Amino acid sequence: MNLKKIKKELDLKILSSEEGLDKEVSGAYTSDLLSDVIANSKKNFLWITLQIHLNIVAVAQLKELAGIIIVNSREPDSDTLKKAEKEKCLLFSTEKTAFEISGKLYQLLKGK
Amino acid sequence: MIENEAVLAQQFEIQGRDFNHAGNISTTIKEILQETGIPPSIIIRTAIATYEAEMNVVMYADKGTLYFSLAPDSIRIKIDDRGTGIKNISLAMKEGYSTATNEYREMGFGAGMGLPNIKKNADKFKISSCPGKGTTLEILFFLNNSEGQ
Ligand SMILES: Nc1ncnc2c1ncn2[C@@H]1O[C@H](COP(=O)(O)OP(=O)(O)OP(=O)(O)O)[C@@H](O)[C@H]1O
Ligand SMILES: [Mg+2]
Repeated sequence: MNLKKIKKELDLKILSSEEGLDKEVSGAYTSDLLSDVIANSKKNFLWITLQIHLNIVAVAQLKELAGIIIVNSREPDSDTLKKAEKEKCLLFSTEKTAFEISGKLYQLLKGK
Repeated sequence: MIENEAVLAQQFEIQGRDFNHAGNISTTIKEILQETGIPPSIIIRTAIATYEAEMNVVMYADKGTLYFSLAPDSIRIKIDDRGTGIKNISLAMKEGYSTATNEYREMGFGAGMGLPNIKKNADKFKISSCPGKGTTLEILFFLNNSEGQ
């Protein structure tokens, strides 16, 4: 499923530029520990986290993730937004918790 | 470790506690390697190991130097830092062990998975440390076989 569809179905707010929304998502990983994400995420995964520090962009680049969903309406600082823009990393935000958004995304990706 | 004539060599300085530039070296190395036609799986393993090593210097050392060299049959990364060093290396290598401060944990560090990630992704990995002085990491990736993962 592509990011555009996921964004619409989960009612995600986009914090970065919309470039790359046609990217296909192959799965997702939920974690707030960067090295854990590095070890366990895969290319084209969506990453669900409450982290907002600019290091999240580096991790997404490193693992070639499809994008990052920031939960609990947390707002990344301007450095993070700038870096995301520069590196063409797609950043989304939701008011939902990590549990809720993971559950919804799971249903969406696995069908039913 | 195997030393071979490098076709490309570059060195990078890492500044302790500089979180704003942290990760830039691994990105640069990834970009360099992407222009060489080396298999993407090897490039990503190199970038992961470089990132974890770079972050450890940023968090636990005053400063460090990363030496990158590409030989016909291997990629070699060596990181030398000046800092606290590691007293108990086998403990530091254990998954889950971390001395990250609360400040670092709030940024998402401190899973205690950095050194294990390096080891897992490398074909050869050597770590040595002198407590109170610094730490040296040597990481090697082979280009011509499927050793490792
Ligand atoms: N270059 C270094 N200098 C001094 N101590 C280090 C260095 N690298 C690692 N350590 C020590 O080893 C521990 C484990 O390192 P490791 O990278 O595995 O985990 P971490 O950095 O604590 O957390 P993570 O990498 O998962 O964010 C660190 O908490 C630190 O105490
Ligand atoms: Mg680490």
